[in-house]
Amino acid sequence: MSRTLTSIGRTGAAFAALAILLIALWLGAAIGETAIPFSTVAQTVANRLWNAGYPLEPIDEGIIWSYRLSRAVVAASCGAALALSGAVLQSLLRNPLADPYILGISAGASTGAVSIAILGFGAGMLTMPLGAFLGALIAFLLVSVLAVKAGRGTAAIILAGVAGSQLFNALTSFIVTKAATAEQARGIMFWLLGNLSGVRWPDAWLAVPAALVGLAVCLWHARALDAFTFGSEAAASLGISVRRTYLALVGVSAMMTAVMVSIVGSIGFVGLVIPHAARMLVGVRHGVLLPAAALIGAVFMIVADILSRTLIPGQVLPIGVITALVGAPAFALILGQRRARA
Amino acid sequence: MTLSADHVSWSAGGSDILKGVSLAVETGEFLGIIGPNGSGKTSLMSLLAGIRKPRSGAVLLDGTPIGELGRRTVAQRLAFVEQQADTGERITARQAVELGRTPYLGPLSPWSSQDDGIVDAALENVDMAHLAGRFWHTLSGGERQRLHIARALAQEPRILLLDEPTNHLDIGHQISLLDLVQRQDLTVVAALHDLNHAAMFCNRIAVMQGGRLVALGQPRDVLTEARIRDVFGVDVDIEQDSGGICHIRFLTRRSQGRTNVTRPASLSVMGA
Repeated sequence: MSRTLTSIGRTGAAFAALAILLIALWLGAAIGETAIPFSTVAQTVANRLWNAGYPLEPIDEGIIWSYRLSRAVVAASCGAALALSGAVLQSLLRNPLADPYILGISAGASTGAVSIAILGFGAGMLTMPLGAFLGALIAFLLVSVLAVKAGRGTAAIILAGVAGSQLFNALTSFIVTKAATAEQARGIMFWLLGNLSGVRWPDAWLAVPAALVGLAVCLWHARALDAFTFGSEAAASLGISVRRTYLALVGVSAMMTAVMVSIVGSIGFVGLVIPHAARMLVGVRHGVLLPAAALIGAVFMIVADILSRTLIPGQVLPIGVITALVGAPAFALILGQRRARA
Repeated sequence: MTLSADHVSWSAGGSDILKGVSLAVETGEFLGIIGPNGSGKTSLMSLLAGIRKPRSGAVLLDGTPIGELGRRTVAQRLAFVEQQADTGERITARQAVELGRTPYLGPLSPWSSQDDGIVDAALENVDMAHLAGRFWHTLSGGERQRLHIARALAQEPRILLLDEPTNHLDIGHQISLLDLVQRQDLTVVAALHDLNHAAMFCNRIAVMQGGRLVALGQPRDVLTEARIRDVFGVDVDIEQDSGGICHIRFLTRRSQGRTNVTRPASLSVMGA
């Protein structure tokens, strides 16, 4: 623990993390269908943030600032938030397969967001995330009840999650088919697969605070999460108020998932796979694990976004396709590992 | 530092598990709780630990209902080792023991060298210092149980609650674990399966049957042939050695002849 990480080492690690994140954002802004030199990216940022006044092509500057950079920032927030949610849910439920997507929280959030968008209870910048949040909470509640009825256990909650996902996806399809115009329906279906295409700066101003607040709340509970290593009763006997911790962490996971789903749709496997990668790299202590998971998630999503824009020339793949292509085999690996250990 | 249960009752799934149990733990004693499966030992332990709330009655820690004390305060005074707490996480032996410092650390308070010292001492105390760097899943049942005790010791409690601490250990590990617990200068309450172990290590024994406390006292007063037949449904011979310790010898059905082999109803109360 802190024997290996002195306070100097900790500060150093924080700076290194920040540097890695900035480099990833920089790459996200520079790489694309038209490659733009890194110096131009730097000059654009300088122009926009400090009025540096470098003479640049307005088109390049526009692409970097309004299109790619906002997108990279949202991708980073989204990756960090999903990875944090996954890490927290895995520790809290003591289930290596838990993540917002598999537990049906993302599906519930989609249903909530779509209900607001189409049935229109005053659709807007904040009402959609709010609808998604409600949907996410309802989905988690339903899945929890189902899981308890099915006899707790690792398999029970995953099966309950599958049932919940199916139900909420069906509800979403129902609402879309029933109420949306053909054009709305096409847009929504594309968004549901996970899509960063329409993302602009206002989205970033929602995504960044959500991820940062989420990170802060999770870090605040890092020691409490450590105490869950041997289960919730062991946590209680170590002085943790189990119910309060559950409420805070499930709430903040649902909040992060909901905000990200309402901006970019539901993206699978990031929340599942990234925490495992982080555990392999830095160990199981949450004080280190959580920031590591957030960083890896952020970088992974920026890279996935770059791939989604460049893999097929002239076409943008939904980012959910990329994360699933990487995530599904990783999921299979985790399953296999568990079997080997049991 | 006192712990007592005052007419506590508890039920789960519509059936009463504990029915008005009262007992006071005396400072410094080793109190054993015995009884057949489903007699309410585990439930009583978790009520005493404050993890579950009694449906009626109260558990008092230093005169205050344990539910009114903060969880953190309780964890600084009493440590609880559950039955078979296990984990799939890749934590080291030392990290498992470090968890015991949780009640003393806030979200922002840093881990100190004092905490390191306490963890080192706890590992030393249970003779696990040489395995501190090993991963949890590579350790044997006996070693894991020692680490749980070390974790509890790192909480610096004055009362130690153990729920069947010797389950699934071989006889050598069972004896050395109880011996280790007895060596500590702590008040100990332990739910135990083995009657001979209870007789060897406990100052007093509480006998549970069907959710009720049916006897409480010194081993030689509590462990009688009649009571063991009544509560556990087995016939025994009891001898006392020169040190006053009871030795219980279980009689097989064959040695009893054909009579007297019907089991009392109490054994059919299984589960929970």
